[in-house]
Amino acid sequence: MSADSATRGATRGATRGATRADWPLWEVFVRSRRGLSHGHVGSLHAPDAEMALRNARDLYTRRQEGVSIWVVPADAISASSPDEKDAFFDPAADKVYRHPTFYTVPDGVKHL
Amino acid sequence: MTAVGTYALRLGDDALVLAQRMGEWVASAPQLEEDVALANIGLDLLGQARNLLTYAGTLLPCPDGSPRTEDDLAYLRDERDWTNVQLVELADDGDFGACVARLLVFSTWQHELYAALTSSTDETLAAVAAKAVKEVAYHRDHATQWVLRLGDGTDESQRRMQSALDARWPYVEELFETDDLVRDLVEAGVAVDPATLREPVLAYVTIVIAQATLELPETTVRHAGGRRGVHTEQFGYLLAEMQHLARSHAGATW
Repeated sequence: MSADSATRGATRGATRGATRADWPLWEVFVRSRRGLSHGHVGSLHAPDAEMALRNARDLYTRRQEGVSIWVVPADAISASSPDEKDAFFDPAADKVYRHPTFYTVPDGVKHL
Repeated sequence: MTAVGTYALRLGDDALVLAQRMGEWVASAPQLEEDVALANIGLDLLGQARNLLTYAGTLLPCPDGSPRTEDDLAYLRDERDWTNVQLVELADDGDFGACVARLLVFSTWQHELYAALTSSTDETLAAVAAKAVKEVAYHRDHATQWVLRLGDGTDESQRRMQSALDARWPYVEELFETDDLVRDLVEAGVAVDPATLREPVLAYVTIVIAQATLELPETTVRHAGGRRGVHTEQFGYLLAEMQHLARSHAGATW
């Protein structure tokens, strides 16, 4: 690679980095089959919701993975904080009575 | 049947040459997501080209009667034997607006063409068209979305989108040219008369351009001749890149 093309490559890389920062991040949810719920599959950058849907189609449903796509602005998602993990989740650890393990399951019942 | 072969070859050449141009965008598009989108479009076109060239090869056999393969047609023909329209061979030179401007016009044309070709009396062409029409509907949508955003975007993006459309426009009318070969095939119900596509194609493109706050280009210059093997200077470089491996290392596989 010549010095000139190396410089151009570097410039283009920098430009890509700059525009990437300008485009918001979207979280992508795909429903794989009718009847199932949408599941999170990944994220992508796009200038707006319509383009995000199209990018999601190209990035996450190339191999017939889905029949429906949701895109959500990543900054619209409120997430629990890892710092609050103990307060959020530990109290559930010793409450075995919340699990339906004390029932007898009648014979022949499916899907339980 | 050689006429049908020639017709299939024209449509296949259009698709293959544009597939090659779209492939040039991989790793050079404005965003990683766009790299993938343009590559997908290129691969759709490549798939169409493979079907059409394979079919053309069975109808245009070698002198000894054996069929030409898709690779024979893709890699071993010289420039004057290629019958694609000039619009698809023009280089983008890294100008995303140029890529989008061409894709808007060409995918709209292909969409109208394939939609009509699904009722061809030639079963193979009808089947290829039925599969391809859904693919090009997406290409058209992708180009539309970008023309709208770039046209109705910043001053800079609008100026560049307009100049890209202006630069492509002298190559648009060639899409609608008819010749004796096509006229006979239209008579037989095999082909679609390109002249009948002019109105619906321009109607769609005009609406998109207006919505994008751009001006419909006006030009009296018309470049044509691709169907007769007359091509632009840029086309030779494309062929060299596409063919040199297969020609330098005959029979190479990977």
